[in-house]
Amino acid sequence: MAKIDKVLMSGNEAMAEAAICAGCRSYFGYPITPQNELLEYMSAHMPNAGGVFIQAESEIAAINMCYGAAAAGMRTMTSSSSPGISLKTEGISYIAGADLPCVVVNVVRGGPGLGNIAPAQGDYFQATKGGGHGDYHMIVLAPSTIPESVELVMLAFELADRYRGPVMVLADGMLGQMMEPVVLPESIDPATLPAKQWAITGARGREANLVTSFYLDPVELNEMDVRREERYREIEKNEVRYEEYKTEDAEVVVAAFGSMARISRTAVRMARSEGIKLGLLRPISVWPFPYEPLRALSRRVGTILTVEMNAGQMVEDVRLAVAERAETPFYGQLGGLVPSPNDILREVKRYAG
Amino acid sequence: MPVSTENMVRVFGRPESLNESAFSYCPGCHHGVVTRMIAQAIDELNIRERTVVIAPVGCSVSMYQWFRCDGTQAAHGRACAIATGIKRVNPDLIVFTYQGDGALAAIGTAESIHAANRGENITVVFINNQIYGMTGGQMAPTTLLGQWATSCPEGRDGRLAGHPIRFAEMVAQLDAPVYVTRQSLFDQKRLIAAGRAIKKAFRYQVEEKGYSLVEVLTNCPTNWRMGTLEANKHLAEVVVNTFPLGDFVDRG
Amino acid sequence: MDSTFVFAGFGGQGVILAGKLLAQAGTDHGLHVTWLPSYGPEMRGGTANCTVVLSDEPIGSPVVDNPGALVAMNLPSLDRFEKAVLAEGAVVINSSLISRKVEREDIRGLAVAMNDIAVSLGSPRAANMVALGAVVKATGVVPLDAVKGAVKKMLGHKAGAKLVEINERALDEGYNAV
Repeated sequence: MAKIDKVLMSGNEAMAEAAICAGCRSYFGYPITPQNELLEYMSAHMPNAGGVFIQAESEIAAINMCYGAAAAGMRTMTSSSSPGISLKTEGISYIAGADLPCVVVNVVRGGPGLGNIAPAQGDYFQATKGGGHGDYHMIVLAPSTIPESVELVMLAFELADRYRGPVMVLADGMLGQMMEPVVLPESIDPATLPAKQWAITGARGREANLVTSFYLDPVELNEMDVRREERYREIEKNEVRYEEYKTEDAEVVVAAFGSMARISRTAVRMARSEGIKLGLLRPISVWPFPYEPLRALSRRVGTILTVEMNAGQMVEDVRLAVAERAETPFYGQLGGLVPSPNDILREVKRYAG
Repeated sequence: MPVSTENMVRVFGRPESLNESAFSYCPGCHHGVVTRMIAQAIDELNIRERTVVIAPVGCSVSMYQWFRCDGTQAAHGRACAIATGIKRVNPDLIVFTYQGDGALAAIGTAESIHAANRGENITVVFINNQIYGMTGGQMAPTTLLGQWATSCPEGRDGRLAGHPIRFAEMVAQLDAPVYVTRQSLFDQKRLIAAGRAIKKAFRYQVEEKGYSLVEVLTNCPTNWRMGTLEANKHLAEVVVNTFPLGDFVDRG
Repeated sequence: MDSTFVFAGFGGQGVILAGKLLAQAGTDHGLHVTWLPSYGPEMRGGTANCTVVLSDEPIGSPVVDNPGALVAMNLPSLDRFEKAVLAEGAVVINSSLISRKVEREDIRGLAVAMNDIAVSLGSPRAANMVALGAVVKATGVVPLDAVKGAVKKMLGHKAGAKLVEINERALDEGYNAV
């Protein structure tokens, strides 16, 4: 392997740096473990990049500062961990309703309630099925390595601008805290990004711009909502991302996302060395969800085992895709416990011929 | 016989910052007066093309639709956080929030206090009418002791429902704000003073001096179940006893 | 091929940093690397551990069931992790604080008096560097120079030349002790 310029970084720091590379020049956050290093990195580096950093009085204030910065036309980001994301869901709904681009990082921890600070994936439903009120969706990207976190944070800003809505990067405590070498991407100069004609910049020589999610007239609100739904259909068509690993001849396939997927990848290798034909399907976008690839897979494998660090959330989407064409068992651990490669392999052996 | 306007002098008109749409406030309500005063201040300071209106949740929820300025609408209570976001990324803009007692002093207390404490260079106009207007007359954090509201039908009882919050005085305790004042509109003298105070608050922002709060004691004839004159008399004789008028901070 | 390590000890013994330095050395040596801490209350004085994986191919799991090498800086760490070590694996034991040897016969136990060596160098806090030098020798996964380079890179700016030098000597002593 060639010695190229790689930097050893924690996931939290790498995601912060990736945002700055993406031309994000405003960050608003509130401390919560296990994402504190992201906020701290921003406090040290955002001002140097000529951007705005505020440690807000709450997660609620932070997401609304993002609303303001996004309305003013700037690339903007906030980050938190599970309980803090619950507080942000009100703001995320408003951001979706006002068609504003914004990136939200969730470094998920154990729940519900205060839970604990260990890695978990219990916020899958919250992230992919709404979370806040009203008919809205977010694009939700689930990195499984730190280099991929960097890639997906960059992509998140691009998609947020392209589709004008909130985009979530769904990480977890493990991805936030662990370190891995990354190659930092080329920086985007925010001045080179296309101007946002709809943004609040002062009504100079043009009609006033309004950014709002408020439409008192049901006919008008329906029209706005339907237009947004059309955009969601576009997203479902264009932005499904997933990875298949050794599925060509697989008899059993593990479906897993995020750090659970990379742990499962090791289980696949171990299984193969014992002659078990195991494969892995890893959704990278969990909304839009890769229903079609799973449907295709279910026509040729007997079992699709979903593995998550929760009580079984993504498995509902897997079952929607698979219907009754294959067995769809679930394996998971709760409370911030992380299934190991051995745990997964043991479970796979219950289903492998 | 038609009247000729040929020899007339125009002494009063719609501020240029307002468009042609009609306000949606109830007859006799002070909201329209304050909205107009803001527009006039924007005109006089020649900042229409730089100004951003942040509408709250409440009776003025769609006030951005009346201004010929860029605008947005805030989740209930979050206006000062949104103002912070806008102003910090684009300090050339003149940003103001317009909030009632619910938004500013109940659900948005944290956002309101902390924007003031950071000394954000914004202007906050606070409409204190001691009641929740849009939702139909429930108790506000500023409702007077003993005052009737649909959610305190026996009158506000301080032991159960707390006491009226004097928000301007609270904000005046902070180090950062440059201008904190309470005004009212119940007679000509107060009207003129309130107009001046609003203009001063905007001028301080233009001069990059920092955070201003203009609290305006206003009426709500509809939900107070009073006629306009009676409501104004109530302001002058009763409300001011709980909420004294005047400047609390002026570091301009 | 993955080389897997667990560094474990009391909070404050520097196991987190020792693992980080190995991760940095692996990075600079052109390897794939993951470094996974046990984070949380441990950082305030309880037991601490971290897991490092070095590999010439992309790494799947940063979570390791059976590490190839264990650095045990105190007895609770040895008690907890000895069972998990891979057959043929190496266990570097801090014999300054741990009086027992490994119980299993299918693993290599290497006793290094980490604290005593560090004290003799005039730097009691460098026991973790002694440990790191020893485990680098025992596994041969990266050259000692790569670890010294990592020390300069990660500590040079704040620790200053003198502390870098002490740490390098501690690495050498550990390296030569096994």
